[in-house]
Amino acid sequence: MAPAFRALFPYLLRYRRQFGLGLACVVVTTAVSLTSPWVLRYAIDDLKAGVTREKLAVYASLLLGIALVSGVFRFLMRQILVGASRHLEYDLRNDFFAHLERLPLAYFQAHRTGDLMSRATNDLNAVRMMIGPAVMYTTNTGIVFVVALILMLSIDARLTLIALIPLPFVSISVSLFGRAIHRRFERIQAQLSDLSAIAQEALSGVRVVRAYRQEAAELSRFQRANDEYVERNRKLVLLQGFFYPSMALFLGLGALLVLWLGSQEVIRGRITLGQFVAFNSYLAMLSWPMIAFGWVTNLLQRGMASWKRMLQVLSTEPAITDAGATDRLATAASIQGGIEFRNLTFSYPTGSTPALEGVSLRIDPGQTVALVGATGSGKSTLISLLPRLHEPPAGTVFIDGVDVREIPLAVLRGAIGFVPQEPFLFSDTIGENIAFGLRANGAASDSMTLRQAQGGSERSRGTSISGSSRAPSSDDGRAIERAASVARLDKDLPSFPKGYESMVGERGITLSGGQKQRTALARAIVIEPRILILDDALSSVDTYTEEEILSRLRGVMRERTSIIVSHRISTVRDADQILVFGDGRIVERGCHEELIAQDGTYAALYRKQLLEEELATLS
Amino acid sequence: MHEEEVLGKAYDARLMRRLLGYLKPYWLQVVVALGAIIGYSSLQLVQPYLMKIVIDDYITVGSLDGLGRIALLFLLILLGSFGLEYVQTYVMQLTGQRVMSDLRAQIYQHLQRLDLRFYDRNPVGRLMTRVTTDVDALNDLFASGVVTVFGDVFTLAGIMIVLLVMDWRLALVAFSVLPIIVLVTQWFRRHVREWYRTVRILIARINAFLQENITGMATVQLFRREAVNFGRFDEIDREHRDANIASIFYYAVFYPAIEVVGALASALIIWFGGGWVMRGALTIGSLVAFLQYSQRFFRPISDLSEKFNVLQAAMASSERIFKLLDTPVAIQSPARHRPRRPADAGPSTGLRAGPSTLRPFDRLRVVASSVEGREPQGRPEPGRGTTGLRAGRIVFDHVWFSYGAESDHVLRDVSFTVEPGERVGIVGATGAGKTTLINLLLRFYDVSQGRIAIDDVDVRELDLEELRGLFSLVLQDVHLFSGTIASNIRLGNAGISDEDIRRAARAVHADQFIERMAQGYDSAVAERGATLSVGQKQLLSFARALAFDPRILVLDEATSSVDTETEHLIRDALHVLMAGRTSIAIAHRLSTIQDMDKILVLHKGELRESGTHQRLLAARGIYYRLYQLQYKDQEAPADTVIPSVR
Ligand SMILES: Nc1ncnc2c1ncn2[C@@H]1O[C@H](COP(=O)(O)OP(=O)(O)OP(=O)(O)O)[C@@H](O)[C@H]1O
Ligand SMILES: Nc1ncnc2c1ncn2[C@@H]1O[C@H](COP(=O)(O)OP(=O)(O)OP(=O)(O)O)[C@@H](O)[C@H]1O
Ligand SMILES: [Mg+2]
Ligand SMILES: [Mg+2]
Repeated sequence: MAPAFRALFPYLLRYRRQFGLGLACVVVTTAVSLTSPWVLRYAIDDLKAGVTREKLAVYASLLLGIALVSGVFRFLMRQILVGASRHLEYDLRNDFFAHLERLPLAYFQAHRTGDLMSRATNDLNAVRMMIGPAVMYTTNTGIVFVVALILMLSIDARLTLIALIPLPFVSISVSLFGRAIHRRFERIQAQLSDLSAIAQEALSGVRVVRAYRQEAAELSRFQRANDEYVERNRKLVLLQGFFYPSMALFLGLGALLVLWLGSQEVIRGRITLGQFVAFNSYLAMLSWPMIAFGWVTNLLQRGMASWKRMLQVLSTEPAITDAGATDRLATAASIQGGIEFRNLTFSYPTGSTPALEGVSLRIDPGQTVALVGATGSGKSTLISLLPRLHEPPAGTVFIDGVDVREIPLAVLRGAIGFVPQEPFLFSDTIGENIAFGLRANGAASDSMTLRQAQGGSERSRGTSISGSSRAPSSDDGRAIERAASVARLDKDLPSFPKGYESMVGERGITLSGGQKQRTALARAIVIEPRILILDDALSSVDTYTEEEILSRLRGVMRERTSIIVSHRISTVRDADQILVFGDGRIVERGCHEELIAQDGTYAALYRKQLLEEELATLS
Repeated sequence: MHEEEVLGKAYDARLMRRLLGYLKPYWLQVVVALGAIIGYSSLQLVQPYLMKIVIDDYITVGSLDGLGRIALLFLLILLGSFGLEYVQTYVMQLTGQRVMSDLRAQIYQHLQRLDLRFYDRNPVGRLMTRVTTDVDALNDLFASGVVTVFGDVFTLAGIMIVLLVMDWRLALVAFSVLPIIVLVTQWFRRHVREWYRTVRILIARINAFLQENITGMATVQLFRREAVNFGRFDEIDREHRDANIASIFYYAVFYPAIEVVGALASALIIWFGGGWVMRGALTIGSLVAFLQYSQRFFRPISDLSEKFNVLQAAMASSERIFKLLDTPVAIQSPARHRPRRPADAGPSTGLRAGPSTLRPFDRLRVVASSVEGREPQGRPEPGRGTTGLRAGRIVFDHVWFSYGAESDHVLRDVSFTVEPGERVGIVGATGAGKTTLINLLLRFYDVSQGRIAIDDVDVRELDLEELRGLFSLVLQDVHLFSGTIASNIRLGNAGISDEDIRRAARAVHADQFIERMAQGYDSAVAERGATLSVGQKQLLSFARALAFDPRILVLDEATSSVDTETEHLIRDALHVLMAGRTSIAIAHRLSTIQDMDKILVLHKGELRESGTHQRLLAARGIYYRLYQLQYKDQEAPADTVIPSVR
């Protein structure tokens, strides 16, 4: 537990002032409220001796005053400590997300979305409970305990010792139960992650579920996980149900001894009746801290179990970083766009065979290169290594003669316009989706501080998930329109209810397949990258539109290095170089004419597509 | 304002009643727990009374004879308390878990029925929040709240009676502070609820944001949007924090306020009670006991005030949950056909496969052998697995459709017929409405005007399960689940054997890459199939469609990411496989559909041409031009290629 706790320490330190102040409030409120039995004791003793009305008034107002003062500090204590825990939660969640942003693609392929989400919310909640309430009650408990002990000692040391006889049992049971709670809660949280991942997948695959009538199957899958969750909770409850009352029991045993022996003391005259009553009420004072103690143990164990789960993510070192960066290519502008793959062999961590083997390839700045080849032959893998979505081995992938691993990620990725094979759009407006890369890290820094400044003052704004969308500046606006027209998205705009301002659903579900692809294309073009990569970017676009796009793209690609992956000869035939992939290797290379002359795979492909043409003209 | 208050209370009562309704199946457990807590509370009441006896009967008298019996009683009470509290905690916490599990299942089940329009509007992260986080927010209410509230109320009533019996005048003095408590509680409820609502909304937004950004992290990183998206996350996170901090104020005031009121009561008792003691109207023992009881009187009250906070939080999240549960399901089977709901099906494994899925198909076997070069061994009835009654004649009859009330019609007056066994291709520009046609056919959405009929029965009259059972659909957006290759082809349908899976994979030529994987068909597939190439994913979802042995195969760009050679092989395989069965294929690559029996050309939501490849070419319309384009040499396209609609 120690190293996990150490990782939490910086966060606690950040709010040391709040914690200090809050704890001071705990001390004050506890101390003040502890005086009320004292007042009560004097009141009772005085009553026996006979008092005046004035004295009664004093006692009554003292009681009230004590409650008021302790109430004020109790208020401050909650406000400050629970507030600090909320701040801490906010910091932790931000850091968690920021950390996720630094993790490489492979991490997200190996971890389920629902699981990560569960850690960022459910586990974080348990951590917060540990920090806020637990810290508060531990202190409170500790102080009440010490003070009550001192007060009890001041009345009668022997009686006090007697009352404390069951104490060792308490510590044994805490450490025993604590460990078990930790283990069981960890398993509960893991199951909750599972549940959330199942829901996430089934809900995002809702169309498949419906089309294949898998509703009942999905429900039963969910139900199984749900039942398991209940079962794991049951195991914890079994423990907890035992643990909480056992605390009260230990204390009660102490009280019993006190009652038995204390009353004898009174009769023997060693203590007064008032003292006896007071002693008992001090002891009763311990009952709440005692229960709280059990509760705090529970919270702490849960919190630590969850914190460890969060740490599993937080302590994963990002595998793809700027660690190897040199200043040889320090700005995006300095990139010319020459690309070289040198005897590249690459395997996925989970793959049994290399996805790429001995690939060597030179692309001069401004050239257009086309990749063709069978499904699963490694085309997407090759291009994913350029922006370092996956990390290539050192000394294999170069841009302008510099190993990509030595180029700062921001520079590298800033120079590349990437259209992934499966476009991912965000639930935002079409305009914002196209302008996605225009609002990149550096470019948006001022607008971001602006947003942050607004964030504090203006509480609830639009309910759009990604926050408010600013109206694009006119420069951006023109760039967006240009890009949209290259991608022929302008044709579709009239059919959207609000033009560029129309919202697209999550992942762009409210767009047609071709519209999504073209939005992704416009998004890549708009940043005017040195290197343009199109991974089968027009597969869902009809031939007519494709033709239009290609002819417009030609203008765009003229000054840029471009890599185009496609299955259609018509798309690739004009490329400066065509590479034919087979099983992770380049099996043929050359320009269209050369490849036809070679009469290999490409020529066969060409004939096949040509054959269709001839068939058609026959008719 | 006042009216609103009243309304609020009635509303809360309704909400509460509905929540408590979930406890009904567990009434026995609740009764046991209640019994335990009442017993426990009674035992707690006895303790101070024992003290009074010790003081008045033993200490004041000065003799300790018989104290042993009291001590024994005390011990028994302790043990009894322990046992009862254990029973109460265990039973109630477990019941709480069960209730939440029921609620989760109910939400999940409702989500499985809600139509796709709902999913268009609601991000997955928000729905997940309803299923997990929002339900968990009810934990405190069910696990400790409900029953202990009864316990507290019982204690309260008990103490009130004891106080009244001991000394009714002092009791009235103590009770005089109660109206203040009511006022404070009202104030608290009014304010804190609003913040808790905000918190629920923000948690859903946090989840939605996380869901979206985690799934799209590669895009975020490629476009260097880490800082900007972080900024957006920060904004939501900050709002969430601030809403929570705002709510802290109210409950930070609330709890101490109740304590102060309690102290006020003590002060009053001392003032009046002390006076009466001085006048000899009260014994000291009684006053001491009374003071102690009165303190116990305020403990359940402050407990109740804590619970009240829990209750407010629970109400805020139950509002969200019930709103989801009350969302009507627009698209469902007509009443007389409606099958039993899956949850009613008892403890079945849920693999209630439709009739079409019970029989593994024989056709693929035939194809597989014919592809391998052998002669087909005869032809079993096509689609024999399905209901068998329906021939499967599909009619679109003047169909109009729009996705939203304010948006344009995506389909306009579309009419066509697909005869049983016909193979139909659909082409058209992107965004023309091809996928929408399929969405309507499978009743993911309902038509705005006109009707779609299968064998002259309106699809809205058909049982959904039966309707969808006629089809296998390869979606344009491939979706794979985490699991194995086999589980992705089979889904939840136990009727599909391993051999069927192999055959389906072979038919789409996915077998080569599958067999090259380390564990073959048992190889792990990541969420959304992230570790496969896009073409491979498409092949798998194609194999899935075939494994389900449909009457009608619907392909929406099913081979768009597959290489030409494989595509041709699949096409040939389908010829055999789907012979005699209906298939509908959407494709941009005309080669995929040119040998279809009928080709429909969709343009801007209207059906502009239909006929065979030859006929359409001869007509020299849109299709002809599309065709010319695809196979002519690269030139800048002429402006006039597609005539404008009007
Ligand atoms: N869920 C939806 N909500 C709102 N509008 C939608 C939705 N789905 C599609 N649309 C709109 O309806 C129109 C037709 O879309 P559809 O998906 O049917 O086109 P498509 O012919 O399949 O195109 P593609 O070839 O690009 O896949 C498009 O303009 C699209 O933006
Ligand atoms: N993240 C990954 N982890 C493990 N294996 C992977 C991963 N991504 C791809 N593969 C495997 O690597 C091989 C090459 O995949 P890649 O995506 O590069 O193919 P591709 O040529 O782009 O195919 P397609 O034309 O279908 O898009 C495939 O066998 C695929 O299953
Ligand atoms: Mg690929
Ligand atoms: Mg479509």
